[in-house]
Amino acid sequence: MGVGISVRDLSAWFGPTQALDHINMEVLPNRATAIIGPSGCGKSTFIRCINRMHETVRDARVEGQVRIGEMDVYNGTSAVEVRRRVGMVFQKANPFPTMSIYDNVAAGLKLNGFRNRRLLDEVVERALRAAALWDEVKDVLKKKSGASLSGGQQQRLCIARALAVEPEIMLMDEPASALDPISTDKIEELIFQLKQRYTIVIVTHNMQQAARVAEHTGFFLLGKLIEFDRTEKIFTNPSDKRTEDYITGRFG
Amino acid sequence: MRNNGSYQSSRLTALRRRLSNSIATAISATMVALVLVPLLAIFGYLVIRGIGAVDWAFLTHTPKPVGEVGGGMANAIVGSGLILLIASSIGVPLGIGAGIYLAEYGRGQVASVLRFTADVLNGVPSIVMGIVAYSLVVLAQGHFSAFSGGVALGIMMIPTITRATEEVMLMVPNSVREAALGLGIARWRTTVSITLRTATAGVITGVMLAFARVAGETAPLLFTAFGNQFWNLDPNQPTAALPLQIFTYAISPFDEWHRQAWAGALVLIALIVGTVAVVRLVARRGVFQGAS
Amino acid sequence: MLICGLSLLVIVGVIVYELALHSKLSWKAFGLSFFTGRDWDPVLGSFGALPFIYGTVVSSLIALILAVPMAVGVAIFVTEMCPRPLRAPLSFLTELLAAIPSVVYGLWGIFVLAPLLREQVQPALARYAGWTGLFEGPPYGVGMLAAGVILAIMIVPIITSITREVMLAVPRHQREAVLALGATRWEMVRVGVLRNARAGIMGAIILGLGRALGETMAVTMVIGNRAEIAKSLFAPGYTMASVIANEFSEATEDLYLSALVEIGLALFLVTIIVNALARLLVWSVTRGVPARVHAQ
Repeated sequence: MGVGISVRDLSAWFGPTQALDHINMEVLPNRATAIIGPSGCGKSTFIRCINRMHETVRDARVEGQVRIGEMDVYNGTSAVEVRRRVGMVFQKANPFPTMSIYDNVAAGLKLNGFRNRRLLDEVVERALRAAALWDEVKDVLKKKSGASLSGGQQQRLCIARALAVEPEIMLMDEPASALDPISTDKIEELIFQLKQRYTIVIVTHNMQQAARVAEHTGFFLLGKLIEFDRTEKIFTNPSDKRTEDYITGRFG
Repeated sequence: MRNNGSYQSSRLTALRRRLSNSIATAISATMVALVLVPLLAIFGYLVIRGIGAVDWAFLTHTPKPVGEVGGGMANAIVGSGLILLIASSIGVPLGIGAGIYLAEYGRGQVASVLRFTADVLNGVPSIVMGIVAYSLVVLAQGHFSAFSGGVALGIMMIPTITRATEEVMLMVPNSVREAALGLGIARWRTTVSITLRTATAGVITGVMLAFARVAGETAPLLFTAFGNQFWNLDPNQPTAALPLQIFTYAISPFDEWHRQAWAGALVLIALIVGTVAVVRLVARRGVFQGAS
Repeated sequence: MLICGLSLLVIVGVIVYELALHSKLSWKAFGLSFFTGRDWDPVLGSFGALPFIYGTVVSSLIALILAVPMAVGVAIFVTEMCPRPLRAPLSFLTELLAAIPSVVYGLWGIFVLAPLLREQVQPALARYAGWTGLFEGPPYGVGMLAAGVILAIMIVPIITSITREVMLAVPRHQREAVLALGATRWEMVRVGVLRNARAGIMGAIILGLGRALGETMAVTMVIGNRAEIAKSLFAPGYTMASVIANEFSEATEDLYLSALVEIGLALFLVTIIVNALARLLVWSVTRGVPARVHAQ
C-alpha cells in the first residue's frame, strides 16, 4: 500500500532566511522514518515541503525535487492533489470545532465528492478503528463535537481524519509532544499498526520515541541533514560527531 | 469512484472543484468592484460639483439672503470648530480617563460592565443623543446653543476614545510599569507620567478618529446648535455648523444653495478624510513606537 | 479615573431617564396603541407610530439584502483571495466609505442616486418585476427604494470590517487542517474559516442592521418623508429617525414633543438590544479581544 519518498537537493527559504540546505533522502515504503534534531533545525519545514504546506507561508520558497512514488510533487502535480495523497497530523491537535466527530472524519471524503451515506459510515468506522478511537466514541459520533474530546483523543481524531481518505504517506509533526504519557503511548502503538499500510515520517524531539517506533532516523542540524541511517546505528554508533553530541545530550 | 483504493475526486468532481474555486474568486472580486462603484461615484461627484464652487468667497463669507447668488459658509466652518472644541473638552478627558481606568484598574465584573456600557453608548443613534442634549441643556437654558450641540457630540466621542485608550494602554508592556514602580513611583503617577506617555501616539489616534467621526454629524445638532445664518462665537447662542448648513441647503429649492451644498460637502470630506489619513500614517508608526 | 469610568454608566442612565421622562406624556395618552396606530396627525393631536416603524424596518431590510452579499464578498476577497499587495489599499478604500458623513451620502442621494433611480432603474424594475407588486406607482426617484440603497452602501463598511476581523481571528491551524486534506482555496475558506467564524459574521450583519436602524440624515433626505404604509418600494416613506429629525424643532405642543421623544426611546431600546446581541456573537469568535478602533 505504501510508497517511498525520494528527496533530491531540497532547499527551502522563509524570505531571505534559508531553512533547509540541499537535503537528500530516500524514505522507504511501509516504514516509519524519524526526523530528529534541536529546535529550529528545519525538521518541521522539511516535512512541510513534502506535502507543499511550506509554500502557504508568506515569502516561502522551495528548490529541488521531491518524488512520492511516481509523482513529482513540485512539477506537474497540483498542490491540492499532493495534499490529498499525503496525510498530515500537526503538533497541536486541530479538529474542526463546529463539526461532529463523524463529520470531522468524513470531511476529507466530502471535499472529494463522496456523499453516499453508507460509504461514509463505512469509511468513518474504518478510520476511527485504525486510529484506535472507535470504541471510545462510537456511541457519540454525531452528538459530540470534535473539540469536546480530550487532548489525546483529539489527536487520534485528527489521525482518523487524515486516514479516512487513504493517503499513501502519513506525515506527523511531533504528534505526541502536547500529550500525556498514556496518550503518547497509544499514539506510538498506533504508528506500529499504521506502518503496515502507510509510509510514515515522524518529526520528534523525543529521541526515545524515535528509537521506539522508527526503523530509520535522520538527524538535522541548522537546516542540513547530518546523518541518515538505521535507527539502531544512529543511536548506538553514529558516524558523525555532531550526531553523537546531540544523542548524548550535549546540546538541544 | 475509487482510484487505487484511495478516495480521490473523480475527474468530473475535480473539475467541478476547480471551477467552484474560480467562480468563488470571481464573485467575491465582483463584489469588491460593486462596492467601489458608489465610492468612486460619491467622491467623483463631490469633486466635480464641489470644486467649482469652493472659492475664497465661499470660505470667508457668510450666507447671502435667500435666493441671492454668492455668499459662503465661513460662519458654518467656524461654528463647527466652536462646537467641536466644546465637544472635545467634554469627550476627551472623560474618554481618556475611562480608558485609563479600564486598562489599569479595571478588573473583572466592573470592567466588563463598563466596557459593555461603552459599546452600548456607541450604538445609540445620534439623533437620540440630540434629544438627550435637548432635554438636558436646551430646555434648561431656554434656547438653542453651541454648547448643547457640543454636549451631544462630546458624549458621542467618549466610547471611541475610551476603547482606543484602553487598547493602547494595554499594549504598553508590563515591564515599563514595573520599572517605574520598582523605582518607588506611586501607582497613579506611574499611570499618568509613564504608561500614558508611552501610549500617547495611540491615544491621539483614538481622539482624532472620534473627532473625525463627530465632525460630520448632523442629526444631533438639528435641535441643539440649530444653525445660524450669521457669525456667532458665543457658545450660548444658536450656531451654524458645516454639516447642518449642507443639509439645509441640500433640501432647499434653490440651485445656488445646492451648488454651495456641494462645496460645503467637499470641504467637510476633505477635513474628515484628511484627519483619517493622518491618523493612519501616525498609527502605522506611532502606536508601535509608543509602546516599544 | 474611576469617576471617568463611572461617567459612562451615569451617561447611559441619564439618557434612559431623560427619554423616559419626556415620553411619559405620550405614553400615558396612548399606551401600547402608540405603536400600532397608523395615524400621525399633529394637528388633531393623534399620534400613531406604525408608519415609522414600518419605514424603519423595510428600509433596513432592503439595506441588509443588498449589503450583506456585497460586504461579506468583499471581506472574503480582501482577507483570503486577493493578491497580497492589494490588501491594504482595498481595505483602506472600504474604510473610506465609512468616513463619509451621513449628510454627504444624503446630498449624493438627492442629486445623483434619485435621478438615476427615477430615470433608469425604476422604469426597468416596473417593466420586468412589476408583477411582484413591489414596483408600482410613479417613479419619484426618492422613496423607500432610494433609502434602502443608500443605507446599503452605508452599512457595507461596518459589516465588512467586522467580518474581516472575525475571519482573521480564526486560528491558522484550522486553515492548515483543511488545506492538508487536499482542499482548494475556496474550500479552505468555506470549511476552515467561514464555518468557524459564522457566529461572528452573523454578529457583523446584525451590527450592520443596528447601524441602519439608527441612520438619520441620508435616509431623511431621500425617503420622501410621507407617513404612509405602502407595499410598493417606489412609494415615499418615513422612518423613526427621520420623523424626529424633521419635526422635532417644529413640535410646539407638549404632547407632540412627547410623542417624538417616545419614538426616540423606542429607537434607543431597539438599537441597544440589537447591538448587544451583535457584540455577543462577535465576541464569541474573537474571545473578547478589544475591538480595533474603526472609523465608524
